[in-house]
Amino acid sequence: MPPTPAPTGPIRDVAVVAFAQTDHRRRTDELSEVEMLMPVLHQVLADTGLKTSDIGFTCSGSSDYLAGRAFSFTMALDGVGAWPPISESHVEMDGAWALYEAWVKILTGEADTALVYAYGKSSPGQVRDVLTRQLDPYYLAPLWPDSVSLAALQAQALIDAGDTDEPALAAVASRSRADAQSNPHAQLAGDIPSGDYLVHPLRTTDCPPISDGAAAVILAAGDRARELCSRPAWIRGIDHRIEAHGLGVRDLTDSPSTRLAAERAGAYEVALDTVELHAPFTSQEVVLRKALGLGDDITVNPSGGALAANPIMAAGLIRIGEAAARIHRGESDAALAHATSGPCLQQNLVAVLEGDPRE
Amino acid sequence: MPAQQTPALKAPLTVEFPFTRSLGPVQSAFLTGLRHRTLLGVRTISGQVLFPPTEYDPATADELRDLVEVAPTGTVTTWAWNPAPRPFQPLDTPFAWVLVKLDGADTAVLHALDAPGPEQLRSGMRVRVRWAQERTGAITDIACFEPYESDNDHQVGPHSGEFEDPVTLFTAPARLDYTYTPGRAPTDYLAALADHRIVGERCPSCRKVYVPPRGACPTCGIATAEQVEVGPRGTVTTFCIVNIKAKNLDIEVPYVYAHIALDGADLALHGRIAGIPYDQVRMGLRVEPVWSGDARYPDHYRPTGEPDADYDAFKELI
Repeated sequence: MPPTPAPTGPIRDVAVVAFAQTDHRRRTDELSEVEMLMPVLHQVLADTGLKTSDIGFTCSGSSDYLAGRAFSFTMALDGVGAWPPISESHVEMDGAWALYEAWVKILTGEADTALVYAYGKSSPGQVRDVLTRQLDPYYLAPLWPDSVSLAALQAQALIDAGDTDEPALAAVASRSRADAQSNPHAQLAGDIPSGDYLVHPLRTTDCPPISDGAAAVILAAGDRARELCSRPAWIRGIDHRIEAHGLGVRDLTDSPSTRLAAERAGAYEVALDTVELHAPFTSQEVVLRKALGLGDDITVNPSGGALAANPIMAAGLIRIGEAAARIHRGESDAALAHATSGPCLQQNLVAVLEGDPRE
Repeated sequence: MPAQQTPALKAPLTVEFPFTRSLGPVQSAFLTGLRHRTLLGVRTISGQVLFPPTEYDPATADELRDLVEVAPTGTVTTWAWNPAPRPFQPLDTPFAWVLVKLDGADTAVLHALDAPGPEQLRSGMRVRVRWAQERTGAITDIACFEPYESDNDHQVGPHSGEFEDPVTLFTAPARLDYTYTPGRAPTDYLAALADHRIVGERCPSCRKVYVPPRGACPTCGIATAEQVEVGPRGTVTTFCIVNIKAKNLDIEVPYVYAHIALDGADLALHGRIAGIPYDQVRMGLRVEPVWSGDARYPDHYRPTGEPDADYDAFKELI
């Protein structure tokens, strides 16, 4: 393998200038996906004063499997106002990857602004079973190994390796839900009694809630970003990497793809003060902290993370949005946001965001 | 009339997708081998044995074809006790998920372990394959693993991967069950429809009336709210003649399927036209909905007998 070249800064300054998310809930029976999504689209447009016609590129992330609605993303476009036709794209992935595509689009110079959104409505189906359909169709999918069971295999491997134990996992859960008390959008917050084993060694408290929710972000380049936001969250870099396909080929206690993505995104060239990790299970925060070499001096998941709300397909984009919002509010100067996809942290994206120096 | 809060409609929705997948040479040998109770791994250029085998090396992308036979015994590398098995999982009584490194292999396979409880489980424990009675050439030909004390003294040997009856296709049935909820605007639309009223929604910005409403104006990107009763009569804007019978649909072919602009609507909806020979349906034909029995929605549309609409009256709705 050729040596990884040293990261250089992006060729264009691009920033997250607005972020909105729904209140995340266990069920939203009374709302279609577009009805759930529209308020966050309107909020980011209102926050920036932009109209749909001002947006250079629109990109979304979602999965039809969650709610069992074919081509639901085309219905979701109704909420954007996509007629006459706009420049638009969709990824069947978490919205963090939609944001990556939009960032690249702006870097090429083809757009100066982008609207990125994502939504997930898990309530109509059995999400643990639905997620088995993303697995290797030959060796894994016929066994229907659900998402909690696969995470539990990873958690046990971590315990066997001496990287964590059940009290340490419980501490991740209680810290996340305590922090979520200051997050008005959180679904699970406060003191939640440690539940039974869902799949040993993971207890219900080690697992994310099942959520319906949506989020939206606006990106803008250069001076446009400065016009739209008093303190833009500049994207220092984004990179995403994937692990080997077979679960039994991987070292489940480590995440070399996250580490490499972080290196390539420039995470080790800035003084990070905040990290938003997309770790739906407590054990996955342990893996990610280890992979990234995070010390105790960095604030991790002040939002409560995916343990507080886990709208699948939006939860990764929300990590980027939460990190950016802290920079907007002046609560952070340099933040790392991480998104994951697939079983046991299969694929990982890292974005590094920075605020302008304070005066 | 403002939008009303109707209790959300719900209905069961089952999605089934029985994919038939073709197999490469390594996967074909592997799955055929399982049918013959033979466990085939593949050796990489660097000498590692991958089980289950892949067509290409996950580290180097080398094409892999060097099959070897591994043992039916192995060692658990990690486990997870599953007290409540879910549909289609390998066992219907509580079991452990395990990653097992079979003797002779350097990588682990995911499967179920039949064990009485979590107390008996540990990484490093020895297990063996329990074969399914009926084997078809699938990963489920391994019914599960079971605890079994044995020594790991297996020497892997080469295997041609050739069998008399190779499995080259693999059918993977899948089924997901949902509870479908259509959302606020479609719920109101469907509730009115069951009452033999057709109710669209008007965009507060461009004033267009959408039928059926989906809750948003796709031009303006804003929520629709004001409900507007339209029709029931309308105009055929365009149509097609269906000549192939659809599966599970009890309608004689040929029949006409049309776009119908209901009076007062700014968007045409779909419907079947009946009560007129199929070859006499035309653009501009005036039609009305027909509800049959206690159906919640119109069965079809039939001619009203009015004169045809002028083309200019509906050309914007085609």
